[in-house]
Amino acid sequence: MNAKPVPTSPALPAGRLEEQFADKAPLYTSSEALAEASRCLYCFDAPCMRACPTHIDVATFIRKIGSGNVKGSARTILDANLLGASCSRACPVEVLCEGACVYTGWGRKPIAIGRLQRFAMARGASPELLPRAPRTGKSVGLVGAGPASLACAAKLVLFGHDAVVYEKGTLPGGLDVSGIAPYKLDAESALDEVRFLLALGVELRTRVEIGKDVQPAELLAKHDALFLGPGLGADSRLPIPGADGAGVFGAVEWIARMKLDPQLSIAGVTHAAVLGGGNTALDVVREFAQLGVPNVRLVYRRGESELPAYAHEWSAAKKEGVQLVPNAVATEIVLEQGRAKALKLARAHDGKPTAEALPALDADLVVFAIGQARLAEFAARFPDVRTTKEGRIETDASGRTANARIWAGGDARNGGMEVVNAVAEGQDAARAIDAELRAGGVTRGS
Amino acid sequence: MPDLSTNLAGIQSPNPFWLASAPPTNSGEQVQRAFDAGWGGAVWKTLGNPIVNVSSRLGSVDYGDRRMIGLNNIELITDRPLDVNLREIAEVKKRYPKHAVVVSLMFDTRDEWREAIRRSEDTGCDGLELNFGCPHGMCERGMGSAVGQEPKVLEELVRWVMDVANVPVIAKLTPNVSHIEDPALAAVRGGASALSLINTVQSVMGVDLDRLVPLPRVGNLSTHGGLCGPAVKPIALRMVGVLARDPRVTVPISGIGGISTWRDAAEFLALGATNVQVCTAVMHHGYRIVEDLIDGLDAYLASKEMKSVSELVGRATPAFVEWGELDLNHHVVAKIDAATCIGCQLCHVACHDGAHQCIHLPGTPAHAGHVAPMAKFAAERARAANPASPYRVPWVDETECVGCNLCALVCPVEGCITMVEQRRASAKDTWHDRMATGRDHVPGGLKDLR
Repeated sequence: MNAKPVPTSPALPAGRLEEQFADKAPLYTSSEALAEASRCLYCFDAPCMRACPTHIDVATFIRKIGSGNVKGSARTILDANLLGASCSRACPVEVLCEGACVYTGWGRKPIAIGRLQRFAMARGASPELLPRAPRTGKSVGLVGAGPASLACAAKLVLFGHDAVVYEKGTLPGGLDVSGIAPYKLDAESALDEVRFLLALGVELRTRVEIGKDVQPAELLAKHDALFLGPGLGADSRLPIPGADGAGVFGAVEWIARMKLDPQLSIAGVTHAAVLGGGNTALDVVREFAQLGVPNVRLVYRRGESELPAYAHEWSAAKKEGVQLVPNAVATEIVLEQGRAKALKLARAHDGKPTAEALPALDADLVVFAIGQARLAEFAARFPDVRTTKEGRIETDASGRTANARIWAGGDARNGGMEVVNAVAEGQDAARAIDAELRAGGVTRGS
Repeated sequence: MPDLSTNLAGIQSPNPFWLASAPPTNSGEQVQRAFDAGWGGAVWKTLGNPIVNVSSRLGSVDYGDRRMIGLNNIELITDRPLDVNLREIAEVKKRYPKHAVVVSLMFDTRDEWREAIRRSEDTGCDGLELNFGCPHGMCERGMGSAVGQEPKVLEELVRWVMDVANVPVIAKLTPNVSHIEDPALAAVRGGASALSLINTVQSVMGVDLDRLVPLPRVGNLSTHGGLCGPAVKPIALRMVGVLARDPRVTVPISGIGGISTWRDAAEFLALGATNVQVCTAVMHHGYRIVEDLIDGLDAYLASKEMKSVSELVGRATPAFVEWGELDLNHHVVAKIDAATCIGCQLCHVACHDGAHQCIHLPGTPAHAGHVAPMAKFAAERARAANPASPYRVPWVDETECVGCNLCALVCPVEGCITMVEQRRASAKDTWHDRMATGRDHVPGGLKDLR
């Protein structure tokens, strides 16, 4: 166990690929923020607030920027979303708040809600803004230090409970730190937010693996309630020849190393191929393109119009020079001296491979972005915690599992959604846990 | 092309746009550049006995990210030597014989006035403007608005001037009075050739909340100043209109107060001003704004088939009446166009909290006895057009709508909310009619109390 789980800023070594990216939507200056805030109509029952999974009162926080009450603005955000800083940068605002902005429906440029939220959080947020209830002496253990657990833990601390987060790895923050496209949110900024949450009083223990370093029964004995936010498992890979060669990565693994590992280099890479068509695949192709890889191809088993990724992401990727190889499935990664060299393809019909071979592509870097494994095994370690047939942890609407003392949230529960969804689930679970703890419904050893 | 030239009490000008007496007319170099840019006339920064100014001098009302919707100053009259000003005025007039060059004056004793008028006229200027308006600094010395607020003194002073003046004389009035008619009529009685109004409105621009000192700040103290700019335009329009419709005001009016665009200018002209004077908009954006003032007014006059500015002057004055002349049977109700509504619901919250509680959210049932014409139909049509979006178009309960305009004013979409006429009765009925026929009893008033 680590006494100082998050080193003081900066925590990460220099020389990481992430540092080469430009911030696509930099922090506003005060005058920029005022100008943008002044455009906001301050809608009644604003659609942006409804579109946000955490229901941030957007119209109010923007009005407070306009009045110069930036601390109050940050408090309005934090009241609804304790990870408002990273959400302001990681959220697909085009399909959430900004997509719902009445200006969008009017054919005008929507209010830059994400950037205003980033401004309010950067300039106004501090731990003392948040009111906290008297200590209750109750304790909740949280597994995994991703956004769901951190949001849940911080909310519980504000409710007066003790919250201890157990993280298997060395860094907290989950995909918020290791998985967001660097032109949106860099790892160091995400760690700053973790520091903010820990400053509220959340206790973090890193390098603690369930089943190895600590047993579920011990956690149940030690805490009044548990929250499971383990995320998803390893990247899936197609079972094709060459899939284990050098220069072949899983998408989540590649993004994490690009953001955190100074050893990772793409020097000399001229042809990158990403297999998949979802938002993670789009992040990876855009990252390659922005890092200057000359040929970046997205190999997808269906047509362009069927890409499951957000339309705005694909349109941006195209502008950055990414080429789509549609209706194609990889059949072999050709290795040369153990390293990826080319990608053999079969034509796909309706998403399924056919016998017809397509011309092979040069590929010295191949990334599988076809999903992550579920953690059914992990869930099974906890008594009465069940998973759906898709491998998601089964809960009621509040996030409670069939074990009355265990809640769950985040990717392990929703199958893999946005940071803001994980935050919403973590906070909802915190409210439910708080109600149960206060009602005496659950206690240690019950 | 419409004729833009104007004649204010004999002062000719190629167009109705003059620079008001203020920092933009401080020197000959400035006024010549202004004339080159297209301004038709300039009233020189007020001449008087030497003064000393303070620093700082200006304060601004900002709204959101828009700067200077109101400007306030505590600057006094010219701080340049009289000789220098007079020499430059003469030079400008010589170089620009067709432009209107007016000298603004503010003096104390009769002898000073006489001397100043004589020397001003020696420059060849086209007219004089008497500064009875400055509401800060000079009024504490018994000049400026101190005169404008005392009709008897004002009348006497105008007489002094008219005794010796050979060129047209404009009396510039302060708005810091209860009845603008009083100083205006005093000036007319004194023999003034024209009136100009308004000068600035007494104001405090704000308080520095860190130092807890009002603004603008001079060291750790402040004082009230004079407000001008777009914020004062409605005050100025009323005062110009009140004087323009008053048959006792027999002299022309030069309109001043927050004029920034040709539209503002056209409104002043329509309400009875013969020409207009501009200051704040030039302090904000420079002399160059006159290009659009001329261009826009020209296009407007042409679009209305008016051949000259004088055809526009006073055209709206007959429609500016007392409340008692308004038709009580005129009634309008709000109509929301569901096709252009963007669903911000600002009309709903404004009506519910700030008006008459008659604009309701979709899905809210009408009260018994009240009607919601078309609301259901409109809701269904909008949902059919975009099934994904929640239906957010509010509806108007026309039986409750008083026709106040608030919803239309807050609506960000031009033309989405219209006020549709629904007369209460075909005949006109005014409060004055009621008074005249003994029907001034209001049902539900005190007379109904038992």
